Amino acid sequence: MSAACLDIRNLSAVLANGQRVLRSVSLAVQPGEVRALVGESGAGKTMIGKAVLGVLPSSVHIVEGEMLLEGEDLGRLQPKARRTLIGARTALIPQDPLTALNPSRRIGPQMTDRLVRILGWSGQRADARIRQLLDEVQIRDPDRVLRSYPHELSGGMRQRVLIAAAFAAEPRLIVADEPTTALDVTVQKQILRLIAQLQREHGTAILFVTHDLGVVAKISQKVSVLYAGKVVEEADTAALFAAPQHAYTRALIAATPRYTDPLASLKPVDEAVLAGLAAEIAAAEQAWRPPHG
Amino acid sequence: MAKPLISVRGLKVALPDMTRKPLIGRAPLAEILKGLDFDLPRGSVTGIVGESGSGKSTLGRALVRLLEPSAGSITFDGCDITHLPEAELRPLRRNLQMIFQDPMSSLNPRRTIASIIAAPLKQNGLGDRLKERVAEALQRVGLPQSFASRYRHELSGGQRQRVGIARALALSPRFVLADEIVSGLDVSTQAQILTLLEKLAAEMGLTVAFISHDLSVIRRLCQQVIVMREGRIVEASATNALFENPQQAYTRDLIAAIPLPEIDADWLQPAARSTA
Repeated sequence: MSAACLDIRNLSAVLANGQRVLRSVSLAVQPGEVRALVGESGAGKTMIGKAVLGVLPSSVHIVEGEMLLEGEDLGRLQPKARRTLIGARTALIPQDPLTALNPSRRIGPQMTDRLVRILGWSGQRADARIRQLLDEVQIRDPDRVLRSYPHELSGGMRQRVLIAAAFAAEPRLIVADEPTTALDVTVQKQILRLIAQLQREHGTAILFVTHDLGVVAKISQKVSVLYAGKVVEEADTAALFAAPQHAYTRALIAATPRYTDPLASLKPVDEAVLAGLAAEIAAAEQAWRPPHG
Repeated sequence: MAKPLISVRGLKVALPDMTRKPLIGRAPLAEILKGLDFDLPRGSVTGIVGESGSGKSTLGRALVRLLEPSAGSITFDGCDITHLPEAELRPLRRNLQMIFQDPMSSLNPRRTIASIIAAPLKQNGLGDRLKERVAEALQRVGLPQSFASRYRHELSGGQRQRVGIARALALSPRFVLADEIVSGLDVSTQAQILTLLEKLAAEMGLTVAFISHDLSVIRRLCQQVIVMREGRIVEASATNALFENPQQAYTRDLIAAIPLPEIDADWLQPAARSTA
């Protein structure tokens, strides 16, 4: 049996017109590890997160491959059993806390709901747990926050609330989908620090979706670089920045702005690199045979 | 040294605070900009940086007189434009152009790219040789001529932003306001757009106010930087000086919070110094 917390093997997904949006993606997240999925828009990084959580849009169909959550093959479970397993062992930290929260309900019941309704906890136990987590995300006035409506909190506070909610049920795996993209840079740093601290203390594995190589360098131990639904490079994060192997990874690093080295950064991606990628994708498509004809 | 193109003295802007608007009657005014003094030197790119709510976009809108200041003055090339009525602003408008953050919402979906770029030319009495001028504008931003007949939805994000730049520069303005023009773009596209803007600003001798939340981008592009917080200027200086020797704790915090694409195990450790 696999020791990985999440093991994705050879996962392909297509749109109704047959176009592949995930191209034989394989990646694993070990227990307690942060794996970053990095890529530009359209790379499929959010799609992978959604596939794991079982919330792919209805226009996307998985046509091959396996997803194992702590050794259990999600594809072999009945829908209800699959939802229960995903609900108990995973959680999401979304990009935009304002759309993830119900605007017409107070924070408190929204946070305890999941624990009570999905995990069957008592209201009292859920409330105590939520307060404990709010303390862990350094919210010093939990009573006020729990009584508030989402619009009464700042962006950073809302994201703290969602981080607390994600960790509350002790999931084994958290999918964090661009959790700091909408935040100011100083708030982003506080939030990344909190996620890293809770992740360490709770031993939670995280699949961290981001477009920002700076965030990748700071938060993750492992990284998969995606382009057009294909993993073009996978490495230890330290190794990736020390010696990126794929030309696209090198180009992405060179394109990322660095105030310490303004002239060597912000380099436009070379046309030759993009042409090479297109050829690589085309070759992969040629070699690929959709299962079931 | 030549006189600055734009001089701002004691600038205040107050806007209606809709969150405190009574059911009946006017919303009370909230002061967004609380007295700013600075100059924009001719032919240089000035970065305006700050977090959300710092007033950087409001400042931008006041500079191109989309907003009327409530106090202080804005002088454009020796002419006081602070309270100039719209009719008198019109002849100046061709020299006060703007590139927007989101080209998807600032380009008309029903018009072709050619007609979008032509609109300001016609408005400003440059309706002759229209085709030629549009072709020139497209070429300037590195778009093929075939794009003239396309619509915005047929373009990628980077191409759309090139159209936004082409439209703003079609009139060869003296001043261009660029408000977060790369924040919606992927890094590879962002690099292309910034390189383009850098080149055009130098070639055309533009004076640019470049609003951004990203100090790394500002360091690359701008000759001087204004750091804003809560409607005030925290620090303003030449770019290199600001990065090498930031004077204010807030500026140092802003710089330290940028996650560089480099391994740094200490970066996530709680800082000894608290945020100012």
